[in-house]
Amino acid sequence: MRYLPLTPEDRQAMLSKIGVTSIDALFTDVPEAARLDGPVDLPAHQTELQVERALSKMAAENTPASSVPFFVGAGAYKHHVPATVDHLIQRSEFLTAYTPYQPEISQGTLQTLFEFQTQVALLTGMDVANASMYDGSTACGEAVLMAARVTKRKKAVLAGSLHPHYAATTRTTAKYMDIDIVSSAPDLSGLAGIAELIDDETACVVIQTPDVFGRLHDLTDIAEKAHQHGALVISVFTEPVSLGLVKSPGEMGADIAVGEGQGIGVGLNFGGPYVGLFACKNDRNFIRNLPGRLAGETVDADGRRGYVLTLSTREQHIRRDKATSNICTNSGLCALAFTIHMTLLGEKGLTRLARINHETACDLADRLSSIDGVELVTDSFFNEFALRLPKPAAGVLDALVEKGVLGGIAASRLYPGELEDILIVAATETNSDDDLAAFETALREVL
Amino acid sequence: MGMNTQGRPTRLAQDVDPGAYDDTLSGSRGLEQAEPLLFERGSLDVTGVDLPEPKGTQSRLGNVERKGVIGLPGLSEPEAMRHYVRLSRKNYAIDLGLYPLGSCTMKHNPRLNEKMARLPGFADVHPLQPEQTVQGAYKLIEELARWLMVLTGTPAVAMSPKAGAHGELCGMLAIRAALDARGEKNRRRVLVPESAHGTNPATAVQCGFYCDAIPADATGRVDMEAFKAKLGDDVAGIMLTNPNTCGLFERDIREIADLIHEAGGYFYCDGANFNAIVGRVRPGDLGIDAMHINLHKTFSTPHGGGGPGSGPTVFSEALAPFAPLPFVVKTKDGASLKMAENECDVDGTGATPFGRMTAFHGQMGMFTRALTYMMSHGSDGLKQASEDAVLNANYILASLKDVMTPAFEGTCMHEALFDDRFLKDTGVTTLDFAKAMIDEGYHPMTMYFPLVVHGAMLIEPTETESKSGLDRFCDVLRGLTEAAKAGEADRFRAAPVHAPMRRLDETLAARQPVLRWTPPVADAAE
Amino acid sequence: MSVKFTKDHEWVKVEGDEATVGITAYAAEQLGDVVFVELPEVGASFGQGDEMAVVESVKAASEVYAPVSGEVTAVNGDLEGEPQKVNESPDGAGWFVKLKLSDKSQLDALMDEAAYKAHIS
Repeated sequence: MRYLPLTPEDRQAMLSKIGVTSIDALFTDVPEAARLDGPVDLPAHQTELQVERALSKMAAENTPASSVPFFVGAGAYKHHVPATVDHLIQRSEFLTAYTPYQPEISQGTLQTLFEFQTQVALLTGMDVANASMYDGSTACGEAVLMAARVTKRKKAVLAGSLHPHYAATTRTTAKYMDIDIVSSAPDLSGLAGIAELIDDETACVVIQTPDVFGRLHDLTDIAEKAHQHGALVISVFTEPVSLGLVKSPGEMGADIAVGEGQGIGVGLNFGGPYVGLFACKNDRNFIRNLPGRLAGETVDADGRRGYVLTLSTREQHIRRDKATSNICTNSGLCALAFTIHMTLLGEKGLTRLARINHETACDLADRLSSIDGVELVTDSFFNEFALRLPKPAAGVLDALVEKGVLGGIAASRLYPGELEDILIVAATETNSDDDLAAFETALREVL
Repeated sequence: MGMNTQGRPTRLAQDVDPGAYDDTLSGSRGLEQAEPLLFERGSLDVTGVDLPEPKGTQSRLGNVERKGVIGLPGLSEPEAMRHYVRLSRKNYAIDLGLYPLGSCTMKHNPRLNEKMARLPGFADVHPLQPEQTVQGAYKLIEELARWLMVLTGTPAVAMSPKAGAHGELCGMLAIRAALDARGEKNRRRVLVPESAHGTNPATAVQCGFYCDAIPADATGRVDMEAFKAKLGDDVAGIMLTNPNTCGLFERDIREIADLIHEAGGYFYCDGANFNAIVGRVRPGDLGIDAMHINLHKTFSTPHGGGGPGSGPTVFSEALAPFAPLPFVVKTKDGASLKMAENECDVDGTGATPFGRMTAFHGQMGMFTRALTYMMSHGSDGLKQASEDAVLNANYILASLKDVMTPAFEGTCMHEALFDDRFLKDTGVTTLDFAKAMIDEGYHPMTMYFPLVVHGAMLIEPTETESKSGLDRFCDVLRGLTEAAKAGEADRFRAAPVHAPMRRLDETLAARQPVLRWTPPVADAAE
Repeated sequence: MSVKFTKDHEWVKVEGDEATVGITAYAAEQLGDVVFVELPEVGASFGQGDEMAVVESVKAASEVYAPVSGEVTAVNGDLEGEPQKVNESPDGAGWFVKLKLSDKSQLDALMDEAAYKAHIS
């Protein structure tokens, strides 16, 4: 077996050194009734070529986003990732390192995490960021728990246009922490009904912008209202590229900003791994209540600048049942991919990338809403928007697949039994003019 | 004489002392190149990505168009390449050497896994694209699920947990949901051994439980008398790692399972150490109700400097109905697969999912890698891998037990646990000893964990180390113990001196946290 | 003025009906370099043995329990910026809180210095 260096002779010599005659002697603590006497019912080992063939066959049954006009978003976005990013994250020293618990031989990981934290803080307009969470949805859940700890309150208000999977994840996360979660109805035209839910018991109000329908929101007024009641504002985003063009959560008064970082540096990967971004204000109480790892600056014994994991007493491995979160890992390699892509983009590249995304979406929105019976329902958006169709969106999507176009997501997939005529469409820099034209033509044909 | 005949000295002159010139002008030390932060290298008007000129379309951003500067510097592609390659060289890695972190399972990461995960059919598909276009992805999830259920001897598995701790949360939430379904409101106490990973108590609390610690007995296993005394009708369950964090198999595990079930509780098994027993023992046969599997440990998906992980969680019949959304099911006609994403998708099936743990279906990129690894090994290779992991750990234990002090008597499973008695009166601590290993070119073992052993050193070599590699490692550790006992404490206390950095001041970092770069004051004032 | 000790390594110094509380030099040494102290708010009341403060080093965190019942009349704000005072002067400048005693008789059950020394040896 190619991954196992020991030879039969090695094994024999080692058993002798240990002082036993067979490997079975090392498993005698296993209760007899639970010892397997033969191999489990699974195929035997295979060569590289065999495995490659089997996996490739499964892969071939899927339609890659790059192979068709592709407009699916709602929490994960198709962007071009520079070749440099994928090369660098496959460097052995990044790919096959563990959590940087030994800072003397982990400065590569630690410094890149410090750069990542700084980039996320800048991008969100917040003061500090952690070293990443599993993904945007779990970051959202953790943010609600953190707000409850900081405010010592037990009620969270969610906007109805928060991605329903984020809302569901948050409910699961908070379910047994005695946090009461209330949600407004999904509103395609604004933030109706949210302000009324905020009261003096409210720990936080959670608003996504751009929201799941692609609509942008100015949080300023709602932040003012929340702060009057002593509640925190958690701003959520699922498309990090949007921050290149729109006001940051910090600028709009958010106290905590969380979101999905996949759109920068990380591929679609059928839903994971992704990278959750988590940033907040520079307030001692906030920082001490942050979930997840933090890299911090310090000096070594020679006085040279270096980085370590810090404020670990918040974390489970020290604080155990009093930890701020049970989280153990971050999303290290995806955070690295995010950082490298962001470094390659820089401000200049990011703002241009964001502009191109927006323009492509505007162009597509105009094309599609010019079709009879199709109405654009989001009047301000970044690279994603909602259309009202004259037919149920789910059936239209299926018909589009037949035309070779992956035309978005039916809102009813996210809100079962509701919004059946709403189609959510995303456009990015990866969509050519031909893609837009193909979508328009196909949609005209299937309606 | 021709022009090109002048000889040049190629050896160090005998009157030169090379040791006297440690400092350099640049801060670099040969191949160890100093590298500032990106923010000190890059600038706002540099980019390493070529993008077309925007068309100048009227924007539709409403009143939230950004006006100010973000402050993100960029680097050209060659500069970015150098920046990150230089930084990478300051990291230790499993590809560089033995990485004996106990409980963490640093084994070889086959590159076939990486190649398969990057097939466009897996890497370039969207979690919500139409289901008829992702049947192969669903098949892969189903196939990995089948392997995991067969290997663990369990009837169900939740694939969506994003890491081991997330899998623990999944398992404990299922237990909580099952208790709620039984109307048991008073069962809130969870028994957790003192040797447990910190994630166990942290997870239990997040499910509304509180923890009650069970002590270890003299052999490093659950103290059965203490355990029995703690059973009662307020017990929700037990969280037990097996093999445990001392690297030992819990001999009484079946009795523990029976007793906890008789008491009306559930058995959560922390599967972090499943790699010791794959193919030899099925946890389902031990009576567990839930167990997460760290794909990044047992099934070799790379650790990536701290993630991403992946923590599929298997369930017994009793907990299976409570498994979280989403999960793959067959369509009504049985001809294809679909994802049950909402409660309405499972109406009438008997499933009562406790909720959703994440936006999408889990760590697909890790599933691909893990299945690639499992198929490569096959049922025979996986069993051999477990046996070799156990053999290697016992070989280290046998090779060092005369100079270091094993924490417990007898053989071990996949990791060997030592305490610091052998360092008594040497002036060398476990930390110092570990740092000296860095100078010898090794990553230290896990230190000060588990908590039940004083100055613990937990060594897990994994199956992917050769015998000769282990011999060299043991020789070095033997040499270090001799140096410590010979009174060379200062050498240990100064270590490491050959790493990219010397010991870092973690106290300073915690007292005055600097968690991000900020522009120098002069710049900020502009 | 008398100084009393608990088995959990708090000291309490009583003047009139006011008690000053801190952690012992032994506890400070065991913790290592203290990096953070979380103190209660002035006006908060604690029963004997209640969790009153948290003291943290880089790799450890410990709860500090109220050695006697009482209401917090003052906290040592210096520890916020200079937690090292706990290490430098655990029984002086590194004090944690002052309590207005509600039951002086609780002091009787605490250890005196000799008993505490025996406890930690």
